[in-house]
Order: sequence, then structure tokens, then C-alpha cells
Amino acid sequence: MKLPAVPLPHASLPWLLAVALVTTLPHGLYQPAWLSGVAGLVLLGVTWRWWRGYQVSSAWLKVLLVFAGCAGILVQYRTLLGRDAGIAMLVLFMAMKLLELKSRRDAIVVVILGYFLLLTHYFHSQDIPTGLWLLASTLVVTGALLQLHGDPQEGPRTILLQAGRLLLQALPLMLLLYLLFPRVSGPLWGLPADAHAGRTGLSNSMSPGSISELALSDEIAFRARFDGPPPPRAARYWRGPVLNHYDGREWKVEDFRSTPPSLEALGAPYTYTLTLEAHKQHWLLPLDMPSRLPESAELKAEMTSNGLVRSKEPVTSRKNVAFTSHTRYRLGLDDPPGLLQANLQLPPGRNPRTLALARSWQRENPDPAWLVQRALQHFRQEAFSYTLSPPLLGQEAMDDFLFRTRQGFCEHYASAFVILMRAAQVPARVVTGYMGGELNPVDNFLVVRQLDAHAWAEVWLDGQGWVRVDPTAAISPGRVESGLESALPGREPLGGMVPVSMEWLKAMRHRWDALNNSWNQWVLGYTPERQREVLSRLGLDNPDWRTLIMALSTSVGLALLALAAWIFRPRRETDPARAIWKQALVRLEKQGLHCPPWESPLALARRLETEAPELAGPVQRLARLVCAARYEAKPPKMEALRLALRQLP
Amino acid sequence: MQPLASLRQGLARLIRPRRPETGPIRLGRRRIYILPTWAGLLYALTLVAMLLGAINYDLALGHALVFLLVSLGLVGMLHAHKNLLGLEISAQGREAVHAGELAHFRLQVQNPGPSPRPGLEWSASPRQPMQLQHLPGNDTGHLDLALEAPRRGWLELPPLKLASRYPLGLFLAWAHPWPAARCLVYPKPRFTPLPPGRQSGHSGAYPGREGQEDFAGFRERQPADSPRHVAWKAAARDAGDKPLLVKTFSGGAREELWLEWEDTSGDTEERLSILAGWVMDAEGAGLDYGLRLPRQALAPDHGTAHRQRCLQALALYPGATP
Repeated sequence: MKLPAVPLPHASLPWLLAVALVTTLPHGLYQPAWLSGVAGLVLLGVTWRWWRGYQVSSAWLKVLLVFAGCAGILVQYRTLLGRDAGIAMLVLFMAMKLLELKSRRDAIVVVILGYFLLLTHYFHSQDIPTGLWLLASTLVVTGALLQLHGDPQEGPRTILLQAGRLLLQALPLMLLLYLLFPRVSGPLWGLPADAHAGRTGLSNSMSPGSISELALSDEIAFRARFDGPPPPRAARYWRGPVLNHYDGREWKVEDFRSTPPSLEALGAPYTYTLTLEAHKQHWLLPLDMPSRLPESAELKAEMTSNGLVRSKEPVTSRKNVAFTSHTRYRLGLDDPPGLLQANLQLPPGRNPRTLALARSWQRENPDPAWLVQRALQHFRQEAFSYTLSPPLLGQEAMDDFLFRTRQGFCEHYASAFVILMRAAQVPARVVTGYMGGELNPVDNFLVVRQLDAHAWAEVWLDGQGWVRVDPTAAISPGRVESGLESALPGREPLGGMVPVSMEWLKAMRHRWDALNNSWNQWVLGYTPERQREVLSRLGLDNPDWRTLIMALSTSVGLALLALAAWIFRPRRETDPARAIWKQALVRLEKQGLHCPPWESPLALARRLETEAPELAGPVQRLARLVCAARYEAKPPKMEALRLALRQLP
Repeated sequence: MQPLASLRQGLARLIRPRRPETGPIRLGRRRIYILPTWAGLLYALTLVAMLLGAINYDLALGHALVFLLVSLGLVGMLHAHKNLLGLEISAQGREAVHAGELAHFRLQVQNPGPSPRPGLEWSASPRQPMQLQHLPGNDTGHLDLALEAPRRGWLELPPLKLASRYPLGLFLAWAHPWPAARCLVYPKPRFTPLPPGRQSGHSGAYPGREGQEDFAGFRERQPADSPRHVAWKAAARDAGDKPLLVKTFSGGAREELWLEWEDTSGDTEERLSILAGWVMDAEGAGLDYGLRLPRQALAPDHGTAHRQRCLQALALYPGATP
């Protein structure tokens, strides 16, 4: 037999509205506007209904809203499943459930739906502000649950305090679970196509404007921590995709083999760890040129014939990768002729003036080293300028750039240089990646942002192998020596860049970055590998999952016991008068008198008059004092009570 | 839900106390039981789904959230247990009632600790609506339980169920305190005309009290006054504008009425019902009445105490029903 449903107290509704609001509001940033509109209208309607005290809502309206909402989602996302459509459905359900709140059961469903919706916020961001917002939301949702089961007259402050206390008590257990729960690297099932949507970074092709676009973003691309001092700024080239196929407009990756090129390391090695942000691509962006690749079984890093380091799977989450690099090296000295030949490719018949220029140089002197210098000299001497917003280029893009506009960003110069070299029969290729990076003095991590994206060239010289040539340095030495900010003439807008002059702002930004970094390293970057590392530091070397489960259940059990001991700890009597009376009862019990705890002091004293007349006097004095201390407007001093207690036998 | 409910019922049979306890009952650790509620199961299921999502999408903070909620659930379990722990319960039956009415019991619940105990759900039987109590810290609360009293005799307080879902509703902690308390239930009165009175030998036994013999004046009518004494003529004169008056008499021989078992017919319960009705009528009419039952007699008297004595004798008259 089922008891009738518990009706919902009137005071519960604001809590449930708050739950719906905090759990769905941030999704407004990502979901279609009409959905936010519908959810917002329903919320407003429910609030109004609560305010006016209406009870009924039309069943037809609900059915209509559900159908319209599902249809809208279907039209918007072409599915009802998947990540984003699923979230939209949850938001819709939340709004609908608010329309039919009758009993406590409905309210509990709203709360649990709210908890679930909290998780979905992490699809979009897992940074510190999101974490804090979610902590606050968890407090509100838990408060709603408390309000539903406690005293409905309790004020919101008390309820939130109680919720906070519960969450604080849950914290140690949560940390244990976080540390010890066996981590599985996902995914468990095929991710929907929209699982990793909307992230910026380098791509495996380059056309005019593709890198200058990145220069507007100060999003972090990766961080690096060097075991010793980092290399000087001018040597900080982070190697990304190597592009060797030009179609007249766009550079692409083509024609590479999986055999790594020969590499002769010169000079001192740099050992460092990269923390890559998820860029959803295969490349790993080591310092030019890596001599030792990471040995992680998960990554399966390998170097291709053109010197690109790739991982087996795309980097879909933040990853730590350890490298050793040499900034001085000889690369690909014995590259096969076929490969070199491929690096002479040019689209036939395109950019005739450029080709003619290069051929005129070649006729002058066919020495590749001289040709490289000649091209750089050309950039330096003619009126070339370095700008973020170059004019549009026509059909013959390189002719247009070299002879007409003469304004470009690094991709223009790298591209033009490589075409010139190839036209002069010098094997050359475009390398994209990042250049520079800012050392954060707070935690000594080198931070490389999207705006550090760069393109440069490599030419193959006999006896030297692939040599890096950065034509941008010829036009704008500042770009290489002190970064993009100082290289751009005038005040060109840079995304979120802080002007150098505002030192304190810069220092704050460093702090914030360092905080974010430790957050990334320790909270977000707690991967199965990191877990193994931590566990081995705790003395559990390479535990299998059974050991891990054992350790987990033992420590959680112990923590629960400790927590129970804390929660059930005997509370000292807070009222001193009652405490004294309890002591008196203990004394009387020792005298062989039965003193049941429910007997009031005065009643006991009266009973003693007949049962133990010799005790009645002192007991009565104490009883009067105890009652006076508890109930009278001017209570007696506690000393008097203590004295009366001492006078008991 | 069904298997959970039947499990709970089976458990309830196992753990229900066997006899009532005198004195206040202190709810110790061993008397409190705890099981997840349907909401707790839903919560657990949701957490499993959330964990799978967090693993699949590799959400570090998702893991953190799930673990926080798991811990929160466990902390909630400890607090649900704590919400009942240490409460001291005693009960007392209230005034006697007639069979068919609601008998009232007064529960006294003492919270010896400083933390408040909200959301205490009391019920005396599954059919009873649950009663909610919110008990502040270091305080004593009172609660009235109304139970149907179908039969005359002593109505014992049945084992109570005290449950609490506080704080999160994910766990139900409950106990079955059975404080000894009883409430007297009089027979259900059946109102039939009073038997004819018999003159007692002596007169003026209670000087100054109202008698039946000599007219002494008027006073305002009270509900217990017999209609025979109403001054109808005076009422007619006042056209009903004034309160009804009754004629009062003094002195003379008091009419003494014996309510006899022998004068009634039917089975035991019917006879007791008729006698109960007579007792109430006689008291209402201001008569002196005595009650004669087989093997028991109560001398003629009147007043509330006498009425209670008579009704108690009827309530506890041995019969087919205990």
C-alpha cells in the first residue's frame, strides 16, 4: 500500500526555480536562442503562477510544449541524441517538469535532473570559474533537497549553511575517491560527432590569412616546463605541421613517409615537458628539433620523414608529453633524392613573375646558400612590411604579394620564400608551428599562445641538411626577438593582449595563468598515468585494479568511520545549569536513589521529601537554583549552583 | 518500488518491538534502521550515468562532481541516522473517549542534543496520516496522535513508527518505539428514555442544592437541564428574545435513579451501550443515579467524577471483547 503523495510546501518552489535557473542558465551561452527563450518563458510562467497562487496548468499546453520543443531540437540538431541535442533535451525536460510540480516526488526529480545538468556544463569548459560556478550551483541544488526534507519554515540562509556543512563533510571522502578511484581513459563508447567541437589551433594546411587569424587569439596552445633554463627566445621554434605541397593558393601536407629523417644533434640538450591543450590533431609541437620522443604507450609518438612528430590518436584532451630537443642540429643530411625532388614541387604555370625573379637570381649564382641570402636580402631591401591585416591577394597570389602589395604576415613571407627557393631549384618547405612563448615567473612554465603561431621555411643545403630560414626575421627582426606584440607597427588590435606598459596587469595575468596551470596539471590532468605516478609515490607501485579497489574501499571505509565518529561525537551540554543538574543526578544515583531523567528537578526534590528526607534540603536548594537559572529573567550566578552542587553528599 | 516495499514490510515484521516499554524510550544506535529511499536509488542511478559520461568524455571535473555527490550521499546517510539518534520518547493517553470516536495520545519527544531534528515523521499505523514534527535543539516537543477507538476498554498505544528522511531524502531512517500508554474507551452510548425513577426515603440530603420538590425561582437554562423544567410560558411571553429560563426547585425528597443491568435487554455490548446512554442522560438531567451491574454496584451520586466512575465500570465490564 502506498501512502498518498506528500504535497509540495509552498516555500519549496523558489528553491526549485533556483535549481532550474543555476543548472540551465550557463547553457544559454551555447544552446540556440529559441530554446533559452522557451525555458525562460516557462520559468517566468511558473514563477508568476506561484506568486499568484494558481494551481492548475493546462495539460494541452504541456503536451504542445513538449512536442514543439522536441521538434525544434530535431530541426536544430537533426537528432534527439548526441551531446548537444541531449543537453537541449535535458534543458527542455527541466522546464517541463517545473510545469507539473505537485508533490515532493516531482520536486526530487527536478533536483536530480539538476545534478545531472551540472555535469553537462563541463562539456564546454572545465576552467576554474566553471568549477566555482558549479560548486555554488551544487550548494543551491543540495539546499533545495534539504529544504524539501527539513523544516519548510527554515530560512534560506540556514539551509544554505546546512548544505555547505554537508558538502564540507563530503569533501575528504571526495578527495579520496578522486585520488584512488581507478581511472579509465575514455571513451567507453563511440563519441558522437560533436564531442570535441569548437577548438582553435593550427591546421594541416596554410593559406594567406590562416595564421594571422590565430594571432587574434590569446588562447593558450600549450605550456612547457624545462628541466633547466629554457632556450633563448630566438631559438624557441615549436615544430608543427610541415607543408610541402603548394597548389597556387594553399600549402598542404603531402608525400611523407613514416621513416624518420637522420638527425645529428649538436650542442646542449633541452629536456622539457609539454602540456598540450586539446587541439584535436595528431601533431605534438616539440621544440625544433626533438632528439628523444616521449615513450608513452598511450601516445605512440613517431616522427615522419619530414620531421613532424605525430601521435597515433589525435590529442582530444590536455596531455603531458616529455621531450628532449637540441636547438642546434643537422637534419636529413642523407634524405633520398626522391624526397628532395618532392620539395621542388610548384603548380605549373602559376605566379610567372615570381618564378622569373627566382630564375634570374639562379642565373646570377646557382649556389643554394647564396640564393637564400639573395631572397632574404630582397625582402629586406624592397619595401616589404609586416602586418596583421594584409590586403587581399588576387589570382596569382604570390606575384601579387611580391610585386604589388608587399604587405604580409609570416605565412606570406614563408610561402613566398619557399616558392622562390623551389623556383631556383633549392629544395624547400614550409614549417608551421609556434614561435616564442612567455615565461611565467610565478611557476616557471613557458606559456605559448595561439598568437605565437608562426610559419617559417626550411631549405635543404648540401652538407648541412635541412636548415631553418625565417624570412619574417628579415622583415621584422622584432617578431623573433621579442614577440608579436613589439613586431607589429602602430596599434594593431591583438586579441586580449596586455600592453607591455601595464606591468601590474601583466603580473596579475601571470598569477592567474600559473593558477590555471596548476589547476590543469593537478585537477584536470589527473589522468591514469598521473594516478599511477601519485600512487607509486604513496607506495603502491603499478597496482592492478583489484589492489586499487581494495585500497579504495579500505580507505573510504576508514574515512566513513572517521566521519561518523565526527558526526556522532557526543556534544557537551551547552547549558551550564543542565550540566550541573546532570552531575547532581549522577551523585544521587551513587547514593542508591533512582533518578529517571524525565523527572523535573522540583518533582525530584518533592519526591525526596518522603523517600530520603535527609537529602531533600540540599537537593531542593539546587533544584530551585537550576530552575531559576533556566527560566528566570535574572538568573543566579553559576557559582551559586556549583556551591549547591558541592553541598550534596 | 514493489520489491522494495515488500522487503521493507518483511523487515518491519522482523524488527517490530514485542512489548511496550514503560518510561521514556531512548533511541539508541541499535534501534534505528536505515534503507535508501526510491529517491536514493534514483540518485545512485543518476550518479552511475554521470560517472560513465565523465569517463567517456574524459571530464576531470565531471569525475570530481560525481565523487562529491557520492560522498554527499554517504554523509547524508550518516545524518539521516543521526537525526533520530538519542531522541527520548514517552507517551500518555489523554481523556477517555467513547467507542467510535478518536482517542488521543500525547507524545513527548525530547531532543537532548543541540542540533535540531527536523522532519520527524510519526505514524501509529499504516492507515494513519503521517504527522510531521520539527524539533529544535535541546528542546522537548509534544505531539498529539489520534487513533480510532473502535471498542470499549483500554486502548493501548500500538507500536509507533518514527521515520526521517532528513537531510537529503536519499535514505529513510526509522525506528519503532513502543512507549506504554493507554486510553480508556467508554462504550458507545445509545440514548433511550431513562427508566422511571424511584423515590429515595430521605429528603433534603443535600441542603442548598437544587431539588425537585418546591419551586424556588428561575435561572438561565444550561444545556444539561431537562426540558421538563423549562419555563415555556415565560419563553412564549418573551417571544424567544431572551434566553430560556428554567424553574428551579429546592428541598424535598431527591429522586434517586438506579440504572439497572436488569432493565436493559440485548447482548452484553448493547446493554452496556444503553447503560452508558442512561448515565450520560441522568448526569445531564442533574439526577442522582446509581449503577447496578452484575457483581458490581455504584451507589447513587452525581457529578463528573461519578459519571466517569460509572462509565469506567461500563468500559471495563468483562465481556466478549477484552
